[in-house]
Amino acid sequence: MLVKLTKSRVAGVAAATMLAAGTAQAEVEIEYWQYFFDARVAAMEQLIENFESANPDIKVTMNHFPYADYRTKVAAAIPAGEGPDVVQLFYGWLNDYVAAELIQPLPNDAFPPSMIEDEFFPMVGAMREGDNYWALPTAVRSLALFYNKTLFDEAGISGPPETLDELIETAKMLTKTDAAGNLTQVGITAGMNAQDHHWFREVLVRQFGGEPYLDDYRTVNYNSEAGIAAAGFYTGLVNEHKVSAFGFMDEPQAAFKAGRAGMHIDGSFRIGSLNKTRGLKWGVTELPANSDGMRSNYSSYWVNAITTKAEGEKYDAAVKFMQYVTSDEAMQIWLDVVGELPAKPSVGLTEANANDEVFGPFIRGLAYANTTKFANESGQRQILIDMVQRIDIEGQAVADSIAIAAEAEQELLNEYHN
Amino acid sequence: MYHRLSIRQKQIVWAWAFLAVPILFYVVIRFYPTANAMAISFQNWNLLGDRTWAGWANYAKLWNDPVFWKVFRNTFVYLLIGTPVSLVISFVIAYHLDRLRFMHGFLRMLYFLPFMTTAVAMAWVWRWFYQPVPIGLFNNFLATAGIPQVEFLRSTTLALPAILAPAVWAGLGFQIIIFMAGLRAIPRSYYEAARIDGVSTWTILWEITLPLLKPTIVFIVVFSSIGFLRIFDHVFNMTTNDPGGPLNSTKPLVLMIYQSAFSDFNMGYAAAQTVVLFLILLVVSLVQLRILRDN
Repeated sequence: MLVKLTKSRVAGVAAATMLAAGTAQAEVEIEYWQYFFDARVAAMEQLIENFESANPDIKVTMNHFPYADYRTKVAAAIPAGEGPDVVQLFYGWLNDYVAAELIQPLPNDAFPPSMIEDEFFPMVGAMREGDNYWALPTAVRSLALFYNKTLFDEAGISGPPETLDELIETAKMLTKTDAAGNLTQVGITAGMNAQDHHWFREVLVRQFGGEPYLDDYRTVNYNSEAGIAAAGFYTGLVNEHKVSAFGFMDEPQAAFKAGRAGMHIDGSFRIGSLNKTRGLKWGVTELPANSDGMRSNYSSYWVNAITTKAEGEKYDAAVKFMQYVTSDEAMQIWLDVVGELPAKPSVGLTEANANDEVFGPFIRGLAYANTTKFANESGQRQILIDMVQRIDIEGQAVADSIAIAAEAEQELLNEYHN
Repeated sequence: MYHRLSIRQKQIVWAWAFLAVPILFYVVIRFYPTANAMAISFQNWNLLGDRTWAGWANYAKLWNDPVFWKVFRNTFVYLLIGTPVSLVISFVIAYHLDRLRFMHGFLRMLYFLPFMTTAVAMAWVWRWFYQPVPIGLFNNFLATAGIPQVEFLRSTTLALPAILAPAVWAGLGFQIIIFMAGLRAIPRSYYEAARIDGVSTWTILWEITLPLLKPTIVFIVVFSSIGFLRIFDHVFNMTTNDPGGPLNSTKPLVLMIYQSAFSDFNMGYAAAQTVVLFLILLVVSLVQLRILRDN
């Protein structure tokens, strides 16, 4: 940077009159917001630095807030005109921002929809509304099956399960109980509060032959034979096969980190914290297929969008910045620094990335992943938590419980879309 | 202008000048937001878009929402169990502590300590106490004794009392101190007169101590009732995986307000619940003051 600056000064002196207009040109400053997560901030700092050296007339300031406050902060600031020019949003929030006219569509000349559809993984299609894309991700996330290598060796299991049937058999070998019959180690963790609600919706329901939602995620469709079979399989891990317990060690990821769970389904964002867990030897593999070999996955992502605050030259600068943060180069940096998966196959499915021992299973999962269009993710999750609680605590029949859940979720969706 | 005023008028001007500061503060910090919340309760607003007029829709939704009635009931269970239980326990402790000289200060400190601890830290410690085997303290005891474990926090009947227990414990210290101050304020001469007359300890308690403690009891009842009606931190922190669960069995009104506002972003609905909570607090406090002040 310093070298570059000196060079440009020398050039400036050499052609003083020529460059007078150039140096006098005001620097455009744009503001970028995201939530605070060490690696994400570090990666973005690197991206901003690269972007600024390529575009010396643009300055990007980053602001970040604790995750817990982020959504409220953004929601309060943007309508007040105090917010960022480019903002990071969870994909599930986008509808509200489009409806409230707080973000602008990406211009078609810089981001032609046909190009996006060719270059990005298909789930990014959820960001299209009408003729335009409204936001794009740098990175995406998917689910995979984490397993504890130490416990696998101890139980004499050669490798992770490939199918759902194998999953149960493997889990049985990994389960331990004490003299009173209480579980002290579970074969696989269970809890709708963690990532299991995604596993149920987008993976199990489909693997049992169903389609979780119809009508662009506006109609709940899991109250079906497939849905009942999927919920039966899921709660069967606890009630029938007794290879797991809801609420075991407070939360699923805690049980896995503590080495008290043989297997655990979680997202790629967990990689970092598992790496920091001392003494835990873990591996990761694709989510198990059904008996026909069919696989599915759930992917989610955070997107970047241009707010309506950006106008004139700030808008142009914001578009340039958006182009950079969705470039192949930015995605590779994000993968290396944060560990989140590239949103384009051209980066994700490179030989090195797709066969990576850790990232590989997640990246391969992206190819067949689905993205739920949530109206209210926490509300919809709560409905599935309650569904399982009714079966587990109150002993309600699976079919009855799933019917109640489907009705409640449909009501939530209707209220949101009308 | 000012120098023409009489001394008395000048005093009034100055009094108002000083009073203006807290009045202004209250208007800006209390009254304006309260009025605003009442207005929002008649509107639809998701924080992002425009506020639109909703009429009584939020209140109608509240009336027809089974979760609200469940939560309403829970809130009163917290109040109706929490207040009497904490009142009796704190009085018994204060009554005996008052007569004790040996290690009096140390014991008083022990009872007061939980009150000074943050609710969040305490809730998390208790949350771990209640966990199933292998990490829960209570269940590990039971398992060692060969007794089947109890799912304290994963039960629709046990979870609420399990959460209430540390909340009661946390408030005891404060109530004990107030009771002891009340006990000390009763003139010794009454007790001496009673003893000379040969009255039993039980009668002294019923006829002298308790009646003279009435102002203290009123204060503690009102104070702790408001506390239990507004219970939040203990519940939220002990059930973050499923806030207010399982199946809404521990959810108090404040937690429902919080969720409506900051996870569903339904500000109008949250404001309507807040208005209801405000009315409940108002009525409960007025009724208690009336009942306990009479006769």
